[in-house]
Amino acid sequence: MENKTILEVKDLKTYFRTDAGIVKAVDGVSFRLDKGETLGLVGESGSGKSVTNMSIMKLIPMPPGKIVGGEVLLDGVDILKLNEKEMSRIRGNRISMIFQDPMTALNPYLRISTQLIETIRLHQGLDKAEARKKAIEMLKLVGIPAAERRIDAYPHQFSGGMRQRVMIAIALSCNPEILIADEPTTALDVTIQAQILDLIKDLSEKLETAVIMITHDLGVVAGMCDNVCVMYAGRIVERAPVDDLFESPKHPYTNGLIQSIPRLDEKGSGRLFSIDGQPPNVIDLPECCPFHPRCEKAMDVCTRKYPPVVSLEGKREVACWLYEENK
Amino acid sequence: MAKENKEVLLQVQGLKQHFPIKGSRNVIRAVDGVSFDLYKGETLGLVGESGCGKSTTVRAIDQLYRPTAGNVLFEGVDLATLKQKPLIAARKNMQMVFQDPYGSLNPRMTVSQILSEPLQIYSQRKIINMTKEEISRRVDELMEIVGLSRFFKNRYPHEFSGGQKQRIGIGRALALNPKLLLLDEPVSALDVSIQAQVLNLLDDLQKEFDLTYLFIAHDLAVVEHISDRVAVMYLGIIAELSPANDLYVEPLHPYTQALLSAVPIPDPKIERTRERIVLEGDVPSPDTERHGCYFYDRCPKRMEKCKGSIPELKAVKGDHQVACFLYE
Repeated sequence: MENKTILEVKDLKTYFRTDAGIVKAVDGVSFRLDKGETLGLVGESGSGKSVTNMSIMKLIPMPPGKIVGGEVLLDGVDILKLNEKEMSRIRGNRISMIFQDPMTALNPYLRISTQLIETIRLHQGLDKAEARKKAIEMLKLVGIPAAERRIDAYPHQFSGGMRQRVMIAIALSCNPEILIADEPTTALDVTIQAQILDLIKDLSEKLETAVIMITHDLGVVAGMCDNVCVMYAGRIVERAPVDDLFESPKHPYTNGLIQSIPRLDEKGSGRLFSIDGQPPNVIDLPECCPFHPRCEKAMDVCTRKYPPVVSLEGKREVACWLYEENK
Repeated sequence: MAKENKEVLLQVQGLKQHFPIKGSRNVIRAVDGVSFDLYKGETLGLVGESGCGKSTTVRAIDQLYRPTAGNVLFEGVDLATLKQKPLIAARKNMQMVFQDPYGSLNPRMTVSQILSEPLQIYSQRKIINMTKEEISRRVDELMEIVGLSRFFKNRYPHEFSGGQKQRIGIGRALALNPKLLLLDEPVSALDVSIQAQVLNLLDDLQKEFDLTYLFIAHDLAVVEHISDRVAVMYLGIIAELSPANDLYVEPLHPYTQALLSAVPIPDPKIERTRERIVLEGDVPSPDTERHGCYFYDRCPKRMEKCKGSIPELKAVKGDHQVACFLYE
């Protein structure tokens, strides 16, 4: 597999203006996505995972939101500078997205066929009959039985797992280079989750799509991703290949997160490890490590300055004072 | 848990909860014949996918729905036939904690009002006897028990985070000193780091107040962690019921096997080598009466026999019960 970077996010900052102050939902996020790679973006609610990806798609409601800084380079072109018309040619065509809740992401008033054919015709300029043929082909690809008949059904006639399959069919219908999957299985049961994850994995390999997988479930990350970024309070605190991350988490937060999940394959032995305290409010966050009030290894410097990103061996990066030589 | 002197606290026998469908003679068989015993001091986990009847079972036990059939014996008294007044008195010993900490707390009441409400209602009905001062002292005590500062008692729910709200919900459930807590997905709405805090709290409370838990969750790892025994539900029945360790080491029912194999494990090396049993199709609708095994349509190991008769939940190995003809 050639290691060609197709998407590069540099120091992305997205803020929201609220009555209580400025919410720095994403505050200096940088990462790279290579062709064919599956990148995991994990973090708890409010850590900025979704806002990062909405910013990439330029789907942030403005106002109150605003992308105040940074670059998103798709094949070297900064898409944040594109106008709405140029952007709409990228959305759904080169970068596609699937959402957490397949019921609200599909229009309940329109047949599946209308929604699928609309996307295909818009981006690929096929005529109606051709687009319909392609749509049926896509539904077959995602494993919908009797696709010829089911294509004219409405979203409510499908189960949750089937709806998510339809979403995936729509998202992949234009052969995008990048698929952003925002908690695609959170609303689904485990057995259905397993089916959908397998499907995303198979199709991304078959169609050579790079995937950004947003999730809070470390189990999903372990099974799906090549590389992982861990987010906390609007920033990436650690980035590592998936095996290394689980084997030797560097950031105290990552470590706490991995330790605090009960595991099926290990006998429950009394108390769970838990990270004390609450995730911080990202309104007017002071210039310090946002994790320091909950960190076991907090030092004096952590309360004063945000840690720089330190590169470690094996393509790893961590934002923590523990790894910085000159404090 | 002391296994030797098992004292039954709650006995559920043949519980059925059907709901009518408008304009149809069919009914939704949300719970379709569930029986189990709950021993004093234990935690029984109830797992299954959405729509399998976990929540309905618990609500039918608490008599929030009046069961279609079956008995719910709490300390020997059948709640299903009790009139309203004695039922309210009996509920003192049986309290619920709900999934959604946002939805289950009244946003217009302060924490102090939320925690004292059950005490006031039971005082008014003369089931307990507490003065105003005693209630106020109990509220402070409850705040401390669930790990919140009592200086926050005059705040409103929206001023608390999700984990703290769930602590308030647990505090309210403990107000009347119940014997049994019915916990309906108490940690599913919480982030992982907070989930661990609440699970540890529940563990501590159980030891301190000698509580019995009926714990619902769809997250199998959470259930394994907290439960002594686990019941796996499918389509309104219990497919398998066994001590937690046995179930996870050696699941017997084909459904349990598939369910466990589908749970992602947070370790990439294990994930790569695991074999998944992928079930075909979706869970069927519970609106028809079944004459064969409930899992027949999706079972990878189905036999001719499974089509025509329903397997009963039977002990096959010690305490390990399963409803499957493979083990006859």
